[in-house]
Amino acid sequence: MSPDLLKLIFGRLGLESLPLHEPIVVGTFVVVALGGAALLGGLTYFRLWGYLWREWFTTVDHKRIGIMYMILGIVMLLRGFADALMMRGQQMLAFGGSEGYLNAHHYDQVFTAHGVIMIFFVAMPLVTGLMNYVVPLQIGARDVSFPFLNNFSFWMTVGGAVLVMASLFIGEFARTGWLAYPPLSNIGYSPDVGVDYYIWALQVAGVGTTLSGINLICTIVKLRCPGMTMMKMPVFTWTSLCTNVLIVASFPVLTVVLALLSLDRYVGTNFFTNDFGGSPMMYVNLIWIWGHPEVYILVLPAFGIFSEVTSTFSGKRLFGYTSMVYATVVITILSYLVWLHHFFTMGSGASVNSFFGITTMIISIPTGAKMFNWLFTMYRGRIRYELPMMWTIAFMLTFVIGGMTGVLLAVPPADFVLHNSLFLIAHFHNVIIGGVVFGAFAGINYWFPKAFGFKLDPFWGKMSFWFWVTGFYLAFMPLYVLGLMGVTRRLRVFDDPSLQIWFVIAAIGAVFVFIGILSMLMQFAVSLLKREQLKDVTGDPWDARTLEWATSSPPPDYNFAFTPVVHDNDAWWDMKKRGYQRPLTGFKPIHMPSSTGTGIILAGLATAMGFGLIWYIWWLAAVSFIAMLAVGIGHTFNYHRDFDIPAEDVIRTEDARTKLLAGAK
Amino acid sequence: MSTDTHAAHADDHHHEGGHAHGTFSTYMLGFVLSVVLTAIPFWLVMSGTLPSKQITALVIMAFAVVQIVVHMIYFLHMNTTSENGWSMMALIFTIVMVVIALSGSLWVMSHLNSNMMPVHQMTGMK
Repeated sequence: MSPDLLKLIFGRLGLESLPLHEPIVVGTFVVVALGGAALLGGLTYFRLWGYLWREWFTTVDHKRIGIMYMILGIVMLLRGFADALMMRGQQMLAFGGSEGYLNAHHYDQVFTAHGVIMIFFVAMPLVTGLMNYVVPLQIGARDVSFPFLNNFSFWMTVGGAVLVMASLFIGEFARTGWLAYPPLSNIGYSPDVGVDYYIWALQVAGVGTTLSGINLICTIVKLRCPGMTMMKMPVFTWTSLCTNVLIVASFPVLTVVLALLSLDRYVGTNFFTNDFGGSPMMYVNLIWIWGHPEVYILVLPAFGIFSEVTSTFSGKRLFGYTSMVYATVVITILSYLVWLHHFFTMGSGASVNSFFGITTMIISIPTGAKMFNWLFTMYRGRIRYELPMMWTIAFMLTFVIGGMTGVLLAVPPADFVLHNSLFLIAHFHNVIIGGVVFGAFAGINYWFPKAFGFKLDPFWGKMSFWFWVTGFYLAFMPLYVLGLMGVTRRLRVFDDPSLQIWFVIAAIGAVFVFIGILSMLMQFAVSLLKREQLKDVTGDPWDARTLEWATSSPPPDYNFAFTPVVHDNDAWWDMKKRGYQRPLTGFKPIHMPSSTGTGIILAGLATAMGFGLIWYIWWLAAVSFIAMLAVGIGHTFNYHRDFDIPAEDVIRTEDARTKLLAGAK
Repeated sequence: MSTDTHAAHADDHHHEGGHAHGTFSTYMLGFVLSVVLTAIPFWLVMSGTLPSKQITALVIMAFAVVQIVVHMIYFLHMNTTSENGWSMMALIFTIVMVVIALSGSLWVMSHLNSNMMPVHQMTGMK
């Protein structure tokens, strides 16, 4: 075939795009391919495809979508953590003339992929998954406001993850760092597909994130059960509301910045170039207008989880509910006023820097107020040190350290010394792992019995906890030291042999965390095997306080047979205190949304379009785009959007629960 | 999407907390206003009536802001009571965010420009 024709069909994709010259990548590919083949073969052998398609892929049930988000987050955590291990290994080895085992080309991709994956495809899915699962249950709703949109949002997030994963084996990923600053990310300095993978993965996933933000805001505002006024909402729902407001307000900025960057790369505009009037600084400014709210998007729901866990396991009403809500709202607004602290050193001068330094320090006030609220909730409480509470205590200790180094970095003169150093790396891992990751694990251990009807195994949970926590301190405290000594981030080789010991300690810490992750997987497996022993039939294994514990575990498709009526902040606690009796008769048919495959099809097409744009396969991009429009319009003619669960089915489900509850007494 | 929601939603239409609806005349008024507000900036640019480009640009921006307000009132039916005040609250929040992002960016970028750009940079770029 002629080169022109090949180019028309495959764009810039060719055999040379496959990283066959990188033995590490080839090895990974072989392992992934074997694992993937085994998984696909297993699914086919056990004839699970139909089940997965009907019950999971096409579902619009917020609970199943929430669980799928969690699975996505955990799978991507393995990938992101593999990158982390590779970096720690490289930095531990590359001393005294050794080049380590990763070449620069590969190493730069590894640290970029690590950041992108951990933020967009681990932290975001874990947080979104928990919100998706818990929020409708906490407010006594039967689903989110737009169930189909929810399914579509999830698959768009998966689409972005698929593109990032594809970059590992087809072509390469960006070598620019996780925010792809120009001019490095411009076409002149990054002519390959790496940055294009970055752009389209985030654009595809970003659609999903924004839509799920809109969906959850609408759900919280419109679908609260009778009696649940704004100031009677559980704190997790409040923090979710604020997080989703932040998502809706900030993700469009990211979309626009990346769109401008892609215009620079694809059609030769000069928004962020060095010459012809472009300004790379504008990119940095804009992306941090999204980027700073993003960290609060991640951590606010974690704060909500800790609030629920603290009050449940202290057996007390949350101390200072009102101040907790106002602190959350204040953080929501303030998070938009601090973005410049990410580039103090770019040269905006003393007045601008002091403004943003002070606003940054002010954020620590509402955050500190929250910390005291949790402490006062625990004060004179009857604390049960179950796994969620353990993660919460670990969070409180760890996050305060991270917060204090953050306030230190908020001082512009200190930032001039510490910026771009490993001190910064240690700081943000300290708050993201200590806050978001520990929060997600507290949430997983807390709500798992709700989702599956049995608790998680405490032994392996504690193994995971202790390895994670000690591993975290071992891995990141040395980075603070190194940062203070002036070691900058993203270095591949080192000259000064006296630094090596710190990197060795950090690598040992990473191995500890690795054991922690494996223990968590073990915890899931062991719990599944021991599910009869760990079973909970009451639906309220922790003697908890909020509405999600009022229904069975796992909840029926319709969540609540009758919409609950709320009189108190801790609605379920209040119901228990007033001797609430489950209604046993009078069930009616329940109106529910139907499953649809449109979401996964649209997201698949969007991913194909992204792939086409990345590789300049224009026909693929055009065809997928047109197909997307056609499927989208076609979906509007689908009139089978809802159905009624017959009253008999509701009666059967509820009677089964009555029998279980009677057996438990 | 539950039946309860639909019921609650249907109720909304009957009291003032629900959606506001437009009539033919309000739609026409909105349409005429937006056409006029679009036509004037075009005319200003085409005829060059105003003394400087900068003033023209500022006037066009002012018309754009009015245009946004017209769209919100006549096409999006926003008022202080629709959706139990949530529309208004969302609008205020949006304005706060947009003002922060725009004014902050202008402030930051002008300082960056005066501090970091070489003095003869504009002539050097030609």
